[in-house]
Amino acid sequence: MMNQRDILSTIEMIDQQHLDIRTVTMGISLLSCSDENVSAACDNIYDKICRYAGSLVRTCEEIEAEFGIPIVNKRISVTPIALVAAASETEDYVPFALALDRAAKACGVNFIGGYSALVQKGMTLADRKLIRAIPEALSVTDLVCSSVNVGSTKAGINMDAVAMLGRVIKDTAEKTADRDAIGCAKLVVFCNAVEDNPFMAGAFHGVGEAEKVINVGVSGPGVVHHALQVVKGAPFDVVAETVKKTAFRITRMGQLVAAEASQRLDTPFGIVDLSLAPTPAVGDSVARILEEMGLETCGTHGTTAALALLNDAVKKGGVMASSSVGGLSGAFIPVSEDEGMIAAAQSGTLTIDKLEAMTCVCSVGLDMIAVPGDTPAETISAIIADEAAIGMVNSKTTAVRLLPAPGKKAGDRIELGGLLGSAPVMPVHPEGSVAFIARGGRIPAPLQSLKN
Amino acid sequence: MNAIVTVIGKDRVGIIAAVCIKLAGLNINVLDISQTIMQGKFTMIMAVDVSEATVSFSEIRDALSDLGKEMDLSIRIQREEIFNAMHSI
Repeated sequence: MMNQRDILSTIEMIDQQHLDIRTVTMGISLLSCSDENVSAACDNIYDKICRYAGSLVRTCEEIEAEFGIPIVNKRISVTPIALVAAASETEDYVPFALALDRAAKACGVNFIGGYSALVQKGMTLADRKLIRAIPEALSVTDLVCSSVNVGSTKAGINMDAVAMLGRVIKDTAEKTADRDAIGCAKLVVFCNAVEDNPFMAGAFHGVGEAEKVINVGVSGPGVVHHALQVVKGAPFDVVAETVKKTAFRITRMGQLVAAEASQRLDTPFGIVDLSLAPTPAVGDSVARILEEMGLETCGTHGTTAALALLNDAVKKGGVMASSSVGGLSGAFIPVSEDEGMIAAAQSGTLTIDKLEAMTCVCSVGLDMIAVPGDTPAETISAIIADEAAIGMVNSKTTAVRLLPAPGKKAGDRIELGGLLGSAPVMPVHPEGSVAFIARGGRIPAPLQSLKN
Repeated sequence: MNAIVTVIGKDRVGIIAAVCIKLAGLNINVLDISQTIMQGKFTMIMAVDVSEATVSFSEIRDALSDLGKEMDLSIRIQREEIFNAMHSI
């Protein structure tokens, strides 16, 4: 018979500490769906997704029932659509988004990601058309998520794309103004995007990936927080060890579910992403973990160090627990999706500048941050450039997901609902970056040696 | 296939009997039982074999959870692999 205490501790983690599988994401290659004719291409896309992912939700529900562990999201990621759509003779790429949306609804998944373009070095005609279509595509669909990779450590930063995306984000906000700019919650701008990320809005199925694949994202900020409450006042070595052990357990569960889903869906297992992904629920916050380490409020001095320790310990604990760790792995710091971050931003302690510093050591970037509706497109582009530069120089993934909610001013609040949460509108610097963004061109890739 | 049934709640007469009758009705064999009072709460952990069960796993889960509601207890069943995965290397 197994250890009683172990059994009860697992149940307590699930019941009281919000332990869950955050997402099972099926990656599907759509490269075979290209067609000169747009509607034929869209039919191919719809048919292939439904064929591969038709039983995804049902299978996940069976696994949930048998293991007693909630799988919060079931999702699909596809080949960046700019690659699939390139063969079609059309100027309008919105129909591709509609096809994805229809397929996602038919399969019953929560989101579908991959309305994407990879333009870190340059833009093809198809990339341009896709980026131009993003605001419309995100406003006429419900489940489609979009991402654009504008930089990488190897290629540098495509500043023409950065300039375009500032405007795209503004237009997307305008088109979904009636819903507090929710379209922007489905659009991520990356530097060093990963090809096997199971989390939205940035998931897409990279071209180096297999025909189809199962990627799993685990979560569990509440479990880590609870474990740290037991070691109050202990030195940081103990904190790091505690986080590692907890991350190991969480990831083992993710690995089990991933293996099970992969077998039942007859789809190769890809990766387990061991990210601490918060939700707006109390007790499921990354900010509260940082505060548990001894910070009065997340965002005060010491926050970056605390986050660095957390991010690293999560990876170290998880790496041994899974046969293949990937995606973004670490700690996410989305403001609107984290009850502690929301409180810290509301109190004024957590600012965009501090968040930018935190992104140097967290697993992604400036995430789910509401900014004033009158923020100029160039300022948004400049924020993207800053964030991409951090990713490019440090060889890590960074991302920007900003919501310039029309009509909202600093101190107001936007409500997105569900896992997307709500966010206080945070001020940005009023001094412009217009001439900086107007330059365009490319910021060259950084030297990766002679680092002294 | 082995699974773990956990029953947690306020102690009263007949909990073990009721759970065992329900399991027997579904042709589920009990392999091991341990029961204790933890922090004032009745806590029972049973290892069971569901391979000969007459209904599907989700139906077993629903039947036990309904019994739990009737008796004001939390009763759940989970495949044992999840506990092995999390607590042993």
